[in-house]
Amino acid sequence: MRKPNDVIIRGVTKVVVVIIFTFAINLFISGHHYPGGGFIGGLAFSSGIILLFLTFDMESVRKNIPVDFKVLAAIGVLIAVLTGVGGMLLDAPFLSQSFGYFELPIFGKTELATAVLFDVGVALAVIGTSLMIIMSIGDDR
Amino acid sequence: MSNLVILPVIIPVITGLLLVILRKYIRLQRFLSIFSIVGLIVVSLYLVNEIKTKGIQTLQLGGWEAPFGVSMVLDMFSALLLLITSIVALCCVLYAFHSIGREREFFYFYPLFLFLIAGVNGSFITGDIFNLFVCFEVMLVSSYVLISIGGTKRQLKASIKYILVNILSSFLFLIAIAYLYAIYGTLNFAHLSVRVAETGQVGLMTTVAILFLIVFSLKAGLFLFFWLPSSYSAPPTAISAIFASLLTKVGIYAIVRIFTLVFYHQPETTHLLIGILAAVTMLLGAIGAVAYGDVRRILAYNVIVGVGFLLAGVASFTTQGLTGTLYYFIHDMIGKALIFLLGGTIIHLTGISKLKEMSGLIRLHPTLGWMFFIAALALSGIPPLSGFLGKIFITEGTFHASYYWLGGIGLLTSLFVLYSLMKIFMNVFWGYTEITIEEEKGTTKGLLLPMGILTALTILLGLGAEGIHEYVDLAVDVLMNPSLYVEAVLGIDPKA
Repeated sequence: MRKPNDVIIRGVTKVVVVIIFTFAINLFISGHHYPGGGFIGGLAFSSGIILLFLTFDMESVRKNIPVDFKVLAAIGVLIAVLTGVGGMLLDAPFLSQSFGYFELPIFGKTELATAVLFDVGVALAVIGTSLMIIMSIGDDR
Repeated sequence: MSNLVILPVIIPVITGLLLVILRKYIRLQRFLSIFSIVGLIVVSLYLVNEIKTKGIQTLQLGGWEAPFGVSMVLDMFSALLLLITSIVALCCVLYAFHSIGREREFFYFYPLFLFLIAGVNGSFITGDIFNLFVCFEVMLVSSYVLISIGGTKRQLKASIKYILVNILSSFLFLIAIAYLYAIYGTLNFAHLSVRVAETGQVGLMTTVAILFLIVFSLKAGLFLFFWLPSSYSAPPTAISAIFASLLTKVGIYAIVRIFTLVFYHQPETTHLLIGILAAVTMLLGAIGAVAYGDVRRILAYNVIVGVGFLLAGVASFTTQGLTGTLYYFIHDMIGKALIFLLGGTIIHLTGISKLKEMSGLIRLHPTLGWMFFIAALALSGIPPLSGFLGKIFITEGTFHASYYWLGGIGLLTSLFVLYSLMKIFMNVFWGYTEITIEEEKGTTKGLLLPMGILTALTILLGLGAEGIHEYVDLAVDVLMNPSLYVEAVLGIDPKA
């Protein structure tokens, strides 16, 4: 049963969700040098989506994010494992990482590491799993 | 360095993840799981051969040198277990095709099965105690879901108990690792072995060793087996067969590894304790196997007897005892899978599990009956079959270490095992055939092939024991001389 008039929470959510998502991505990117990383970034991201679940009903959020979260979690772990296999193809041990410095147009000199790909996998797995749990408990089936 | 060492873990993981994505295509799921398990068999065969010619294979993950990174170490002991694991997994998957049912297949049975195999393989390969913990969890989490998949009342009741016990034991495992890390500051098996040897295993370390023994006993069903009978009799046959064959064995593997590689300096305390626990386990298991009149219960208690017997060989801590443990390990993985599949087929056919209500099955299913007969003889250790050599070596080892009581109890419980299995055979297969084949609850269509493979293997293992002797000797050599293992991992000779 939703309350008849929840205009304030809807209005606030629309602003706050953007901030949460930005914060989540910031946490994710800063993982190499500061506290943060794939796990906490993924959790923060899914907390944003959970806020959307609380404010709007599940059906409309699902319609706007048409992703099967089980598949998302599986793809995440698959990416993480395949980054390890990638090292094997180049005759390095499993899970070898490499990094390099690149001149990017806006950011200037930037360090890019393959460990980020592993973290992308972790983040996707965390997002997929946490939302899958919430949704399967929330659904009346 | 050889990347092949990691393949037994990542093949099932990648296939399992693909199967989660391809959930709707059952046929493709079956094909891919068979394909990956056959791939596992090929890889393990290659690795066994590689270890025989080139020695212990190690892989430092990410290229970080031994005590700092995670090492994967594959000696002959682990490699043989990998091979048998994949063969048993193949048979259980083949059995599952015709017995597990569409609904369970649809709810991720094959991916979970492959994750379980990945966890088991990882536990056998790893050379790092925290990584062992992680692999245990991979295996256990998959087994939690497999035990409750389908959601019948009996399964849910058993899974609550199973999950509670295993969470408690994982918690103790973590505490034991914390103590170990606080004392030695390292988690690598080889490095731990060196540091324990340097400082001498004084009182506190023996305490930690006993804490590890308690943890692995909970996992392996050594003395602390009170959760095991109900959990192993609840899930469907293909699942309980893979549990009986693999899950307790991983706990036993961990005990063997820890107490031959790290904590081997005080055998008069730790190994004697293992011996006492093994003796009590064998006796209690044998009493349980004789006492019940229910096929599932009898088989579950037979698993417990097997655990006790395997660890009797470890307790003796002699070359003969460990050779016996290795032979019996290989035999027991195959034998327990076989007997669980056979018992499950009997229940599948008759629809009941009480011995008193069945009779005369041999007239309708002669092949099944004689396979059960062979399996029963093999498990109790009758000479031409696979259980014999392990038993003889373990008994010899215990006598050699002057643990006559332990060897004696082992021989006595073999009689109980024979009695309990023959009780099933005589009650189920002999006697008056009351029903016709049309009145039965199921058919054996497609189920005989995997059981046939396993039966053939028990016979071959018994007759061809000479052929694998070379491999078993290599494995025992590493277990008896931990310096070989340390040298392979750290690249130094600890005695020099």
